Amino acid sequence: MTKYIVKRLLLMIPTLLGVAVLIFFLMRIVPGDIVELRFAGESSYAQKETLDTERARLGLDKPIWRQFVEWMGGLVRLDFGTSMWTGAPITEEIRLRFALSLQLAIMATIVAIVLAIPLGVIAALRQDTWVDYVVRIISIAGLATPSFWLGIVFILGLLIVFKWLPPMVYTPFWVDPVQNLAQLIWPALAVGYRYSAVATRMTRSAMLEVLREDYIRTARAKGLWEKLILSRHALKNAMLPVLTVIALEFAFLIGGLVVTEQVFNLNGLGMLFVEAVAHRDYTLTQALVMLVAFVFIFVNFLVDLAYAWLDPRIRFR
Amino acid sequence: MSRYLYSLVVAVVALALAGPAGAQDKPRYGGELIFAVPSEPPSYDAHREETFGVIHPVAPHYNTLLRPDPTDRLATKIVGDLAESWTISKDGRTYTLKLRHGVKFHDGSEMTSKDAKASYDKIIFPPAGVASDRKGEYLDVEAVQAPDPYTIVFRLKWPSGSFLMSLASPWNWIYKADILAKDMRWYETHVMGTGPFIFVDHARGSHWVGKKNPNYWDKGKPYLDGYRAVFIKDSAAQVAAVRGERAHIQFRGFSPAERDSLVQALGPKLTVQESPWDCALLVAMNHEKKPFDDKRVRRALSLALDRYQGSQALSKIAIVKEVAGVQVPGTTYATPPAELEKLAGYGRDIAKSRAEAKRLLKEAGVPDGFAFTFKNRGIPMPYEPVGVWLIDQWRQVGLNVKQDVIEAAKYYAELRGGNFEVAMDFQCGYIVEPDLDLYKFQSKDKSPANYSRYNDTMLDDLYEKQGRATDAEERKKYIREFERRLVDEEAHYLYTLQWHRIIPHSSKVKGWTITPSHYLNNQLDTVWLTE
Repeated sequence: MTKYIVKRLLLMIPTLLGVAVLIFFLMRIVPGDIVELRFAGESSYAQKETLDTERARLGLDKPIWRQFVEWMGGLVRLDFGTSMWTGAPITEEIRLRFALSLQLAIMATIVAIVLAIPLGVIAALRQDTWVDYVVRIISIAGLATPSFWLGIVFILGLLIVFKWLPPMVYTPFWVDPVQNLAQLIWPALAVGYRYSAVATRMTRSAMLEVLREDYIRTARAKGLWEKLILSRHALKNAMLPVLTVIALEFAFLIGGLVVTEQVFNLNGLGMLFVEAVAHRDYTLTQALVMLVAFVFIFVNFLVDLAYAWLDPRIRFR
Repeated sequence: MSRYLYSLVVAVVALALAGPAGAQDKPRYGGELIFAVPSEPPSYDAHREETFGVIHPVAPHYNTLLRPDPTDRLATKIVGDLAESWTISKDGRTYTLKLRHGVKFHDGSEMTSKDAKASYDKIIFPPAGVASDRKGEYLDVEAVQAPDPYTIVFRLKWPSGSFLMSLASPWNWIYKADILAKDMRWYETHVMGTGPFIFVDHARGSHWVGKKNPNYWDKGKPYLDGYRAVFIKDSAAQVAAVRGERAHIQFRGFSPAERDSLVQALGPKLTVQESPWDCALLVAMNHEKKPFDDKRVRRALSLALDRYQGSQALSKIAIVKEVAGVQVPGTTYATPPAELEKLAGYGRDIAKSRAEAKRLLKEAGVPDGFAFTFKNRGIPMPYEPVGVWLIDQWRQVGLNVKQDVIEAAKYYAELRGGNFEVAMDFQCGYIVEPDLDLYKFQSKDKSPANYSRYNDTMLDDLYEKQGRATDAEERKKYIREFERRLVDEEAHYLYTLQWHRIIPHSSKVKGWTITPSHYLNNQLDTVWLTE
């Protein structure tokens, strides 16, 4: 098992390096210039001298290869530098938003798991009955409904019915749990519902597949208690693909909730990402891509470990 | 429906009362003003930035030497801020300002002319490596002097009709000289001013907080205990914030549809203030691309526009309204409507204008159904509806126009690189002053923002003349000539419609008057809350 973990950890390095090279050059290919956006946008007075001064300050006057070497050097030292737009350290820019994005991802995942696993199991056990049909309608509706649209419906509903709007400013959970939950519960429900729809369908189909396996028939033939068959033999094996879906969705939520964050005015990583790209803030965009890539790779690594734990054939292969 | 009508009536009454109401009521002390800001400050230094995202949350911490009267809806009347009086020499080249005594920075130190000089030196003569975005506005300044602690003198190379207004620029905050001497870039990340509010907190991407300055030099002000600026990028979320009473106001502006939805939802709890906006959507026609090098073609594009009908239709769905020339309607140097109608494309008889447009196109050898691409900026309001309107108007004189919508960052690259035939352009002023509004239209070797890419020495000469005319009537004459040459005789550029600023805000907010610029009147010293 240790050899397996080390091998998987070492594989992360070339993947991250590939991402770093790709994002560096992609950002340089995209047209647009942070200095023009900042100084020559609305102002007619911005002079070439001012733009050149700022380009030099940001290091944009250096040859591309040198910018690349400096970026890679910083990456190796885990020094992401400062945001070209705000001048603030990138670690600080990300730290401010990461807590909110992580909490929202965790809350949405909890909502999704709480809904998806029981519903998926019940639908599989009652296949082709009205229960199954209801669960399928709920999950298909979830797949068809964008979470930002559901968010807008929540906001309008709260405004019109209760004349109340969730707080617009993030308060950490440890500072004021009530205020924190009053703000985040709505996006968590909106995102968690769509997320649960994917997981419900995966749980149902995986359970249906497992329930037809020989070992389940054998367990029943032995006269094993049905609840034990379901929890120990069926559900544990059906969880492998469900785990993958849940984990990948979780990784996506860390930086991918752009529109939902806009609708609820959440100061999360998704909005930061979009702004960084819109401003052509190379350093911040590169750092965010690396963060999201790392989250995806790390979550995949954890899924692989969970697979190895759940299925001994994988770790002995 | 009746509820909707009632709400509209209430809003109209509120609108009518909006300005004077603040003056009639006795200000009440206390409370925290909460306002939404659709943008965020990249840095805290107004001398180098150009987004209102700096002005709205940070301006209450600072003062300028002069400022537009906060009760003046046109923002053309200048009053003292840190300067209590000023004189101009007979030759119009020396401006002497007397500063107030007893003005303290938030750290308790006294503000003197040394600080004002250091601030203006940073703006006008920045040292190497320090960016000053509006340095070009002060090319006429020869020297800034501080002969005594309460006097600051600006010596100009030539007389200027705009210099007083330039001293009222909302960007020219007075910084502390000692801090600048140690670190010219300190103000990019810190706040230390003399303004009515003291800095408390900035949570990036979230909010900005200021509290009352108890030692403010203008005794009795400010009225508020503090303010909180909440950064909200999405316009629907801004509307929801005002509607849900999570924010009292958003100082930039809302669309007509957003105003109507708020009026319907909040009725008398809402006050609406409206004003022509010192911003206009322009059409740049690339003189380096055929057939737009021919002024007959450019004139035809302007003659095709029914601006008056467009104003009626578009003002219902977009933040544009007034038919205007190069100045905000109603302000000192604006062309009166009757005179404006004499310019190409401003006539009331649209059939006659379009017939003339067709004749000019034919004469220039442009065939019926001629196709070209119009590049528009990828921002929905108001670029999208105005772009669609333009295409429809040009279709009516036989032109076949394809719209290419470009993302904001790429848009500048396209315009600056001249990679377009016809493109949407815009002009937005931070103070109502012809020097600012006309600067971009000078020849391309003088103005990098001249995206139509022409050289016109006569226009340059008129720009210089109007800028140096110290007599208002003489200046008006040059501005009219400039306008006629720009949009009529040469038709270098095409003005569409003036933006229209709409601020629906909580009726609890008093003492704030709308102006034609969203960069102005954000010091909050006169603002108070009824509860």
